[in-house]
Order: sequence, then structure tokens, then C-alpha cells
Amino acid sequence: MGLKSFCLKKSLWVFHFAGASCNNCDIEILDVLTPRYDAERFGIQLVGSPRHADVILVSGSINQRDKPRLLEVYEQAAKPVFVVAFGACGCTGGIFAEGNTFAGPVDKIIPVDAYIPGCPPKPEAMLSGIVKLTKQI
Amino acid sequence: MAETLFYFFIYPGLLFAGVVGGLLSWFDRKITAQVQFRKGPPLLQPFYDFLKLLLVKETILPARGAKMTFLIAPVLGLFGATISATFILLPLFNINIGFEGDVIVIFYLLTIPSLTYIIGALASGNPLASVGASREIKLIVSYELTFLLLFAAIILKADQSMKMSEIIQMQQAGAPFIGSISGVLLFIVGVFCIQAKLGLVPFDIAEAETELAEGAFIEYSGTVYALVKFTKYIMLFILPALLVGFLMSGFNWEGIGILWSILKLLAVVLLITLIRNTNPRLKIKQAMRFFLIGMNALVIIAIVLIYLGL
Repeated sequence: MGLKSFCLKKSLWVFHFAGASCNNCDIEILDVLTPRYDAERFGIQLVGSPRHADVILVSGSINQRDKPRLLEVYEQAAKPVFVVAFGACGCTGGIFAEGNTFAGPVDKIIPVDAYIPGCPPKPEAMLSGIVKLTKQI
Repeated sequence: MAETLFYFFIYPGLLFAGVVGGLLSWFDRKITAQVQFRKGPPLLQPFYDFLKLLLVKETILPARGAKMTFLIAPVLGLFGATISATFILLPLFNINIGFEGDVIVIFYLLTIPSLTYIIGALASGNPLASVGASREIKLIVSYELTFLLLFAAIILKADQSMKMSEIIQMQQAGAPFIGSISGVLLFIVGVFCIQAKLGLVPFDIAEAETELAEGAFIEYSGTVYALVKFTKYIMLFILPALLVGFLMSGFNWEGIGILWSILKLLAVVLLITLIRNTNPRLKIKQAMRFFLIGMNALVIIAIVLIYLGL
């Protein structure tokens, strides 16, 4: 394991992209940063700009309007960047999968490195997903 | 020549100040975590962040910005921080080279990093960055006068001596300046000026994470952002060190003095961190009023007290 991948693994900055989400996943993401789960002890930080992001966390179903924005955010991020599909809607489309405006699950639009299923996933599930992601690096 | 370069680039300049600043940045984050009942990041976290940005990440140039200015601004900022680090830390570590740099030089050099943030932000062509830059300009306008008055008060207190080393020697021979009423007032003003210079929470108006998404630094990525981070680490070390030198009789590197020196520095950083954790962000109007009226009045009272010999 080289220095580069070690440092990347130790400091993953997360940019949160919320699609047409019911906001439950968004609230669970905030839970991960609370004192009980404290993602900062692994070096995980939420950042406000996709330029600083190492991980793009996509929650919610992606509809026709979100699709170009998601693509734009993905292109704006400095590579290497990892994409995590969060929640049932992010992974498969969930109950919106057959909707009129649905533009396909996240992995049809941009390459996805990790899936965290659940509706909403528990904070523990998100931490384990991030751990699995770091094992890939 | 080689010796001078050593002073600037290794000890106590670029490398040393950056490493100590990184450790202080960890201290700041750890204390923040403790205040919020969290465990906090590991000791080397600031260096992981820095190395990741430096080695791994791609640097993106803005398509519609001034590319060269955008790239050069953080480098200039790092130079400014390094030179001011050298001039502040040389007297604090009792090293004598020909030119010491009086405190007025230090005052001007300390402005360079903030100025380069503004230049870089305006060159990036991002609307949020330019809002951040304009806020940073307003912030500089408000705190810089207070900071200059603080320097004037210190010079007055040190019998019109403008040399950092003489100011420190005077305190080590007599009592530290903070032991008087005017010294306490100057310390309060100094802490708030440092807070604004570092862009920490009551005055993080320029990078306001929730509304401007890092403001002035929004377009920076990869290696250039690593340089910005490094500049911030250096500033987090040298500004508290400057205050320790001005008011708390500097550092003493003999015997038990080493422990006291480190504790003094950590105490100032701890105070800054606690202020940052217990206050909400001000609006730019409130910040300007705070400095232009409140803090300036405090410095002027301190200067009057110094004239009266208190």
C-alpha cells in the first residue's frame, strides 16, 4: 500500500448530492456526523464544494431534472472521486423506479463504487459502506 | 547564504512552522471534538489531508477565470506566510541573523496571505468566490486598523522599541505585559484579531460553509488547495506565537521553560478554539461594527492606560 492511497483512505471528504429524496436519507447522513457515530475520527468530513470532494454521496431517486446536475457535479469533482449510492432510491430507484420522470438509478448515469441499501440505511450501515469503500482503494 | 535559506525553508520557516501548525490544527480539531463530546480525528489527520490534496488529487483550472493568477496566488500566500513565520519565530527562538525585521514589517507581511486569498478568489471567476472575496476585503478593512493600533500600543509599551527581540527581552527582564490592565485589554483585542485573521467561526464570513460553500476557496482543488491549507497551518502557529511574544514574554528554551512555552502557545490556541466553538457566525455588518467601534475603543483605552503607566 503506497503513501498516496493511504492518505486518500485516511481523509475522505464527502460531498452530499441530494436528488429527489424524501429527506430521510439526508437526515441519516447528518446522524453519521453526530457525537454518537462521529465520522470525523476516520477523517471523514462534509465539504461544501465538489472541487474538494473525494466521495460523492448520492441520495434519493434521480429524475430527469436531477440527471444533468448530477453529471455536472461529477464532472466538476477533482479526480480521483468515488461515488456512493445511498439508500434504496439511490441504489435501484426504490418505489420511484417505474415513475414517469425517473431517469434511472445512479449507476446508469455515473460509475458507482459502493452501494448502501436501506430505506433509510442506518448510520452503522453507512460507516460499514465507507469501510468497504476504503478497502477497495 | 545557505544558512539564510535554511532559516527560511527548514527551521524556523516553512517546514517547521508548517509541521507545528499542522499539529496545532489537530489540537484545534480535537478540542472541537471534545467540546461536542466526540472522539475527534487522529493526530496526523492534518498531514493526511495535506498529502492527499498534494499528491493524489487533480488540480482543476477554471475555464473562464484568469488561470495564471489563480495558480500563483496561493504560492504568493505561502511565501508571505513563510517570510512572516521566519521573522516572528527567529526572535522567539533566540536566533540572531543580520536583519531582524521590526514589527511593522511583520504587520505588513501578515496581510499578504489574506490578500492572496482575495486575488485567487477573484481570479477564479466563480460568483460565490467573488462574494467571499468581497466579504474578506470588508473584514480586512475592519480588523486591520485594530491590528495596527495593537502593534502601536505594544511599541508604546515597550518604550518605543520596534524590534521583536527587544520587546521579548524587555518582558523577560521585567514582567510580561499581560500582567497589567492595559496588557489584558490588548490580549483580548489580539485574540479577536487572530480569530478574524484566521477566518475562524465568529468571523468566518468569507468562507461561510453553509451559504457560500467555502467562499473564496470554492474553486481550488488538488495541489493549489494543499498550498492554501499549508498557509493556514502556518498562520495558525505564527499568530498565537506572535501574541505570546508580544504580551506573554515569548518562549524560553531552558529547562522547565520549554514546558511553559508550549503551554502558553497551547493556551492561546485553546482560547481561540473555545471562542470558535461557542459562537455563531456574525454578519459582515456586525463584524465590522465589532472591530471598528468595540475593539478600536478597547485599544485606545489601552493606549491611554499605557500613557498613564498602568
